[in-house]
Amino acid sequence: MPRETPPQRPWIRVTLTTSIVAILLCLILISLSIGVIETSLADLFSQAADGEGLLLLSRLPRTLATLLAGASLAVAGFILQTLVQNRFVEPATVGTADSAALGLIGVSIVLPDAGIFSKMLVGSLAAFVGALGFLALVKRLPRTQPLLVPLCGIFYGGVISSVATFLAYENDLMQYIGIWMNGEFSGVLQGRYELLWASGLIALAGYAYADKFTIAGLGRDTASGLGLNYSQTIHLGLAIVAMVTAFTVITVGMLPFVGLVVPNIVSRFVGDNSRKVLPLVALVGGTFVLGSDILGRVLRFPYEIPAGAIFGVIGTFVFLWLLLARPSRA
Amino acid sequence: MIDIQNVTYHHGRSLILDDVSLRLKKGGITALVGPNGAGKSTLFALMARLLPLQSGSIRFDEMEVGKTGTQSLARKLAILRQEANVASRITVRDLVGFGRFPHHQGRASEADEAFVQKSLHEFDLASIADRFIDELSGGQRQRALVAMAFAQDTDYLLLDEPLNNLDMYFARSLMQQLRALADAYGKTIVIVLHEINYASGHADEIIALKQGRVALQAPPESFMTAENLFAIYGMDVQVETFGNRKIALHQV
Repeated sequence: MPRETPPQRPWIRVTLTTSIVAILLCLILISLSIGVIETSLADLFSQAADGEGLLLLSRLPRTLATLLAGASLAVAGFILQTLVQNRFVEPATVGTADSAALGLIGVSIVLPDAGIFSKMLVGSLAAFVGALGFLALVKRLPRTQPLLVPLCGIFYGGVISSVATFLAYENDLMQYIGIWMNGEFSGVLQGRYELLWASGLIALAGYAYADKFTIAGLGRDTASGLGLNYSQTIHLGLAIVAMVTAFTVITVGMLPFVGLVVPNIVSRFVGDNSRKVLPLVALVGGTFVLGSDILGRVLRFPYEIPAGAIFGVIGTFVFLWLLLARPSRA
Repeated sequence: MIDIQNVTYHHGRSLILDDVSLRLKKGGITALVGPNGAGKSTLFALMARLLPLQSGSIRFDEMEVGKTGTQSLARKLAILRQEANVASRITVRDLVGFGRFPHHQGRASEADEAFVQKSLHEFDLASIADRFIDELSGGQRQRALVAMAFAQDTDYLLLDEPLNNLDMYFARSLMQQLRALADAYGKTIVIVLHEINYASGHADEIIALKQGRVALQAPPESFMTAENLFAIYGMDVQVETFGNRKIALHQV
């Protein structure tokens, strides 16, 4: 007989949500108050009331950017894991981010004067195609070996990234690859991060399809049996993942592990039913990334360590712990 | 009525189904039996539009598979596949609740909730309704999947080896429940079985497939003879009558 588990009452979700909101509010205040320029929160707010100053120009945008990037990447990771039916995938490790970068490099070479909008479009499209390619690849893997899926994704991403790097090298665009692939927020100012709002809105739009994603996650046969248009749902989900990834890559750079660690932690406590879980995934994603950014800002003050690097280090350990401490399956 | 006409199916070069034509009357339980590799699951997948038809046609009453929208079909027939391995961490209640999806497309009404509750009770799942399905035993998960198909509340129920993983107690009670569903609600249940005695004991009609062809379609009384079983399975089996049931003694 399987291990007796306590019934999953809603209070787990409520307690978890409340405590994370409390932590998040503290982090937001900390994030607003630390920086190289010495000033007090009171001064910041009084300046902001006049519509100017450090708060509106830099600190608030930076805080919002971390929250938006973290939340939408975590949601993208959750959706990707649901659709691929594998817990060990996320946009950064299965080639989606690399495909976005490849698309962006491509458009920078072919149309150097292209506006941000057309770049975004090409980047998102490339990420979408990359994700479709990955899905076609993993369909051929034996279902009994779930760990082959992320391994295959890493190879796949490596191949795409090497093409992107080669093109960048040949065309003297290497600095872009560095910026796109290493997420950090020190360059975020008012007017330079607003694309992330679009990313957040897209992630929010994903919530409207939460039930469909969960059903698709039950497998093609079960989903079709329930009358779901399976391939349409997959395409829609991948489009959301692709856009969130591409928007993040171009604005602040990719933050690996967010889409992997956060959904795994949340799922462990409250399960996989997207409708119930997605808000919490977004909340935890934003909180973790903001926390990483704050750590990166204070550890070597006044210098900075990229949030992506901090998250990578902490995230790896958290993920290893999750992997090893996972209760044995019935 | 399920009307299957001239269905032929190839997988690569090998012939899986060879010109199968069947007519199943509405209401009651039909058992589909046959040796491994006879094409039972393929026929099932074709009926449930999980595989595209290569030739022939399949109709459920007025709805023709392949020409009817997948959503309408989901309200006409529910299917439980043999290898329905669900990896998601969702609760039994949520899983069974998704059975109502074809009816509400994401906005569950109180009637839907009530039906879910009824399904949970019907299949003895109320006490584990809030457990995650990845923490259940194989048999409990199987019952949850059958309950989901039941919650779909369709005229037709296609179950591919639903007795997998079930112990004697639950196997028999599931068959009895299906019998009750067929009798009380006039549902048409098609069920793939390996254990011929469950077919004999609970079905109204048994269909045997062999090498992609229909070998026999008959009520249990005339189906269960040593000659028929030899023709289908290629083994000598003693058939005995107990009460009004015929039982094949194939285990010994």
